[in-house]
Amino acid sequence: MTVSSRPPLVLILKDSLIAGAISLVIFGPICGIILDGYTFNTDFKIPLILTSIVTAGRFFFSFFGLPKLPDLSRIHPLANRKPTVPDKIFLGIVFAVFLIFPFVGSKYWLTVMILALIYVLLGLGLNIVVGLAGLLDLGFVAFYAVGAYGYALGYQYLGLGFWGSLPFSALIAATFGAILGFPVLRMHGDYLAIVTLGFGEIIRIVLNNWLEFTGGPNGVGAPLPTLFGLEFSRRAKQGGTPFHEYFNIGYSSTYKYIFIYLALLFFVVVIITAVSRLKKMPLGRAWEALREDEVACRSLGLNHVATKLSAFSMGAMIGGIGGVFFAAYQGFVNPSSFTFFESALILAVVVLGGLGSTVGVVTAAVILTILPEALRDFAGFRVLIFGILMVLMMIWRPKGLIKVKRPVFLQKGKG
Amino acid sequence: MEKYILGQQLVNGIVLGCTYGLIAVGYTMVYGIIGMINFAHGEVYMIAAYLAAIIIAVLTFFGINSAFLSLILTLAGTIVITSVYGWTIEKVAYKPLRNSPRLAPLISAIGISLVLQNYVQINQGAGNQGIPAVVSGAIKIGGGSNFFQITYMQAIIILAAVASMAILSIIINKTSLGRACRATQQDPKMAAILGIDTDRIISTVFIIGASMAGVAGVLVTMNYGSFDFFVGFITGIKAFTAAVLGGIGSLAGAMLGGLLLGLSESLFSGYVNTDYKDVFAFSLLVLILIFRPSGLLGRPEVEKV
Repeated sequence: MTVSSRPPLVLILKDSLIAGAISLVIFGPICGIILDGYTFNTDFKIPLILTSIVTAGRFFFSFFGLPKLPDLSRIHPLANRKPTVPDKIFLGIVFAVFLIFPFVGSKYWLTVMILALIYVLLGLGLNIVVGLAGLLDLGFVAFYAVGAYGYALGYQYLGLGFWGSLPFSALIAATFGAILGFPVLRMHGDYLAIVTLGFGEIIRIVLNNWLEFTGGPNGVGAPLPTLFGLEFSRRAKQGGTPFHEYFNIGYSSTYKYIFIYLALLFFVVVIITAVSRLKKMPLGRAWEALREDEVACRSLGLNHVATKLSAFSMGAMIGGIGGVFFAAYQGFVNPSSFTFFESALILAVVVLGGLGSTVGVVTAAVILTILPEALRDFAGFRVLIFGILMVLMMIWRPKGLIKVKRPVFLQKGKG
Repeated sequence: MEKYILGQQLVNGIVLGCTYGLIAVGYTMVYGIIGMINFAHGEVYMIAAYLAAIIIAVLTFFGINSAFLSLILTLAGTIVITSVYGWTIEKVAYKPLRNSPRLAPLISAIGISLVLQNYVQINQGAGNQGIPAVVSGAIKIGGGSNFFQITYMQAIIILAAVASMAILSIIINKTSLGRACRATQQDPKMAAILGIDTDRIISTVFIIGASMAGVAGVLVTMNYGSFDFFVGFITGIKAFTAAVLGGIGSLAGAMLGGLLLGLSESLFSGYVNTDYKDVFAFSLLVLILIFRPSGLLGRPEVEKV
């Protein structure tokens, strides 16, 4: 902003004072008058501090102009072009870092990274539904819950282990995706959003209230994962062998996390590969075409029912796999892990990453999981800061961190 | 006996429906004018509940105990402050995103909703809050042990909802401001060309929506007496359900959707099961959207090629 375009000082002052007055109305009652039963205590320090921050900030920004923020898509090597050899090396290094991490990182950061990878999985799943097929799903947490409960209840009622439960839960989640897909086929945009949100809530309420089957709010225990029949507990159950005894090493609870992390990493890589292949296949093209123009697609004979249902069930399946890992990692599931906040978080991963971008989803998932951990010092303010960042990110980069290059065919001479 | 239980459920349902309708107005008007779900609207309702308790506490402190006076002052104070909240939310989180992709304002709204919830939680504590009964007493219908009642507070809620809706429809249908609102809703570009300050109209719509949520917040809080920082979420979703049910963009639809949702929810929890009343509400929404995708009073969406 050049100096000449700056408004006169009087106007800036007036604006700042108005901003201050408004923030006083906003912060005054809620921050200044603290309810204490039917009476109250006053604390005028906080609203006054907040008001002066707003007033000063408004003055500062109108006087000096808004700061220009750097454009991330230029920095990122994979954003806007085909992968070249250096890019492949870069990807290899990233993968190697991910692979080596569990053996060098502390147990705490290992658990954080497991969560990050679970969000990568969930983000990849939702990315198919929202990013590729353009169906806004606000209840993705339902499939996550189905996967997690599929593992816990599958063990309890059917005796399924970790590896048996992966395909089982994925299948059940996919079925739920298809079931949800049917009624919403006729809906568009925000109607779809609210119905999926309702679906997510329905699943949570049922899990919460169906005491005989799901254990209600107390939840159910989920078994430890196994590797070729080897268990990760200190002492194996009847007839089993613990992992550390088989290899003759000392017991450590970290092994379990290392195993979950590596298995997760394997699934993430498999799914990333599968999704990027799918994008170039007729089905993936059909998803993107349907997102761009449904009427045109249908008039060209595209089966929109099958296309939408496949997007829903594929996304749900990946969400279900994420759920299994979550249950295995926690060793326990209860309905309070599957609130709307989770859905919002997964959607934030997809949108912040840039709709339809795989690299973006991975980046955003890792950032969004590590950020709250890094903010742990501000314990009470974590979600607050998270929300503010969500708003700021949208204002700064409404299209997400990484812009996706759409496959387009240009006529000669017009490109 | 049976008919008195039914009567009580109907009264409860209508009262619940009126509050859903009041909140739904905010959703439906904002959706009609800028085509986005104002996800933070439920939090405005939650803030109104806190404001009601705060204002009543302050009034009691200054020795104002008259029910009428505290009702009016609380309503007035809350409406003013929630209006400022609505206005600010729009300016901070939605206006910079006016021309961005559809999902951006939605994410921003979810962000604002998290911010407001935690802002209240940090300042006022996470626990349940309560207010003393402001208006007590009831009208009894029937006698002996066979009766149902309408508490005075419930009657006030119904009256206030009807009055607010009446004022709102007069504003929208008769005044020049309302005409500008409708014009902006139909075609923002054309309205701007004809000299309507559309930014101002959008702000006005947010203010109207927030003040309606403010009215609902005060009345519901006075009726139930207790609330926490999380009440905005589920009430907000239900109110949005009501708006969609009635046909989004339509004021009469919002009220009708609210009443229908309130009544069916109350009857369901009275006769079938309380635990699953939310499940029932959402299932109802799905069914109506399958058979009438544009809601009860909404105009059917025509797809242009």
